[in-house]
Amino acid sequence: MAETIVFQSLPARPAPIKTEGLVPWAKANLFANWQSSLTTVIVLGVLLYAIPNFIHWAILTATTAPNAEACRAPGMGACWGVVTEKYRLIIFGRYPMEEQWRPLVATLLLLALLVASCTRAFWNKWIIVLWVVVIGTFFALMYGNVLGLTKVTTDRWGGLPLTIMLSSLSMVMSFPIAIAVALGRRSALPAIRTFCTIYVELIRGVPLISVLFMASFMFPLFMPQGVTVDVMIRVLAGLTLFAAAYMAEVIRGGLQAMPKGQAEAAASLGLSYWQTQFKIILPQALALVVPSIVNNFIGLFKDTSLVGIVSLYELTGSLGLALNGDADWRPYKLEGYVFITLIYFAFCFAMSRYSLWIEKQVNKSKLR
Amino acid sequence: MTTTTNATKDIIVFDKVNKWYGNSFHVLRDINLNVKQGERIVVCGPSGSGKSTLIRCINRLEEHQEGHLFVDGTELTDDVKAIDKIRKEVGMVFQQFNLFPHLTVLENLTLSPMYVGKVPKKEAEEKAMIQLKRVRIAEQAGKYPLQLSGGQQQRVAIARALCLTPKIMLFDEPTSALDPEMIKEVLDVMVEMANQGITMICVTHEMGFAKAVADRVIFMDQGQIVEQNNPHDFFNNPQTDRSKDFLSKILGH
Repeated sequence: MAETIVFQSLPARPAPIKTEGLVPWAKANLFANWQSSLTTVIVLGVLLYAIPNFIHWAILTATTAPNAEACRAPGMGACWGVVTEKYRLIIFGRYPMEEQWRPLVATLLLLALLVASCTRAFWNKWIIVLWVVVIGTFFALMYGNVLGLTKVTTDRWGGLPLTIMLSSLSMVMSFPIAIAVALGRRSALPAIRTFCTIYVELIRGVPLISVLFMASFMFPLFMPQGVTVDVMIRVLAGLTLFAAAYMAEVIRGGLQAMPKGQAEAAASLGLSYWQTQFKIILPQALALVVPSIVNNFIGLFKDTSLVGIVSLYELTGSLGLALNGDADWRPYKLEGYVFITLIYFAFCFAMSRYSLWIEKQVNKSKLR
Repeated sequence: MTTTTNATKDIIVFDKVNKWYGNSFHVLRDINLNVKQGERIVVCGPSGSGKSTLIRCINRLEEHQEGHLFVDGTELTDDVKAIDKIRKEVGMVFQQFNLFPHLTVLENLTLSPMYVGKVPKKEAEEKAMIQLKRVRIAEQAGKYPLQLSGGQQQRVAIARALCLTPKIMLFDEPTSALDPEMIKEVLDVMVEMANQGITMICVTHEMGFAKAVADRVIFMDQGQIVEQNNPHDFFNNPQTDRSKDFLSKILGH
């Protein structure tokens, strides 16, 4: 008999060509072939020309003095004075000057609440209580008429507080509606399915501007005489319903991607429809669509600028409010836009980074 | 004969059950089948013969359209209460495992006892650990399913089904998705279960398993039960040309 040969495995060794480090990275990504090298050179050339010019305009020849006269001097670059002069009007809109500590405190509270809601340590049932308390405080501070605060009607609210309040509230309220509609569109009951489909198609078929317009001007026509709902509430409802329709489709995409076996396994274990949805299907389906949901949220955040159509002046609107009527500063609207662009970008970028973190959290179970 | 007397001594009774997929695909045709408490049955047959559909009717993952189907004395109808009751008594193991990937192994096992059985968490976890030990995988309790091998995942799936202390276990091709080296570890667990007296119905092509544990082998083709017999006679002396042909194909190499 032949002797058994003992199997011996070869030791693993590192790859012969380096793939990590700056030089190999640049070689692979910037100078892989002549086309890519050419593109790199052209892009670098454009940047080398544009960046110094921008720095020259934005920093070297710029002035921050709140003096329109100085800005008009020949050879001057950016006139940041428009921001130093008008920043309170841009950020708080038409809210009475002497009371602006109220939107400031209210907004800081709301931002703290948002940050807390994004933190793992706060993910329990107390967060709901916290939301109710903070949102209640927000409206009390903004509206006043209690605890000796003077009354400030909603048509005077404006700027960043309005942007943040409208977007965060419509995000939070649209989410459960979106889940319900997404489940409804897959329901076994034809009436529910049809209703949800009509809702989604109807809302998606019209621009947000017309939804807001209808919420503001047409809705009151359907109300009984003497009953009025504040325009802020109506606009909030419009934004929420609009966002929910889009998000419902995103969530439905996630539901569609779930293998049938998951629901079958849950059924075989005796779980009810709702238990199956909330314990098994939704956690996985939502995890799949985190990038799209955050995408929608970012869009919604910027879409709030459209409430200008119904004379609510959020951040973009209040910039116009601050500069349009002022002949001295009107020429420097560009600088104003750069300023609010930075604010928008800061919020959107934060959301996008947070989305990456969430993706990591929900995909932990997939790591080997 | 009356179905009611059968229902009292037989734990599963199929009485002229028919099922269609859509309007034209007649997947189960006049199925009559009585399963005694504690009986171990292997169902085999070519693909598309209706074997999976047959066992999926038992816990109502599929609905039959004609005939009567009794499980532990309760008839399966649209009555949700009856379905809930039966699902608590019937455990199922799937070809693709169907573990919940977002939950740990332990959470997979405790989910149903906690939310369906209303068992307190601590008690559910203790019972789950007993089942995990039974399938020899207790040390993996904190891991996520996708971190385990196929054979380990299927053993977790078996343990999960056992956590409801079912009277009946259904296996739908439990080893078909496994690498050859992992089939044995799953079959070993199933053989152990079979020796403990639970009623088992297993769709499988593992003929070694059928010979070792089955009380009865059922051969299906084109939605019908073609032949049923004890394993010894079925494998050595098949009665129909269809089963002879099938056996020559799966045992021939």
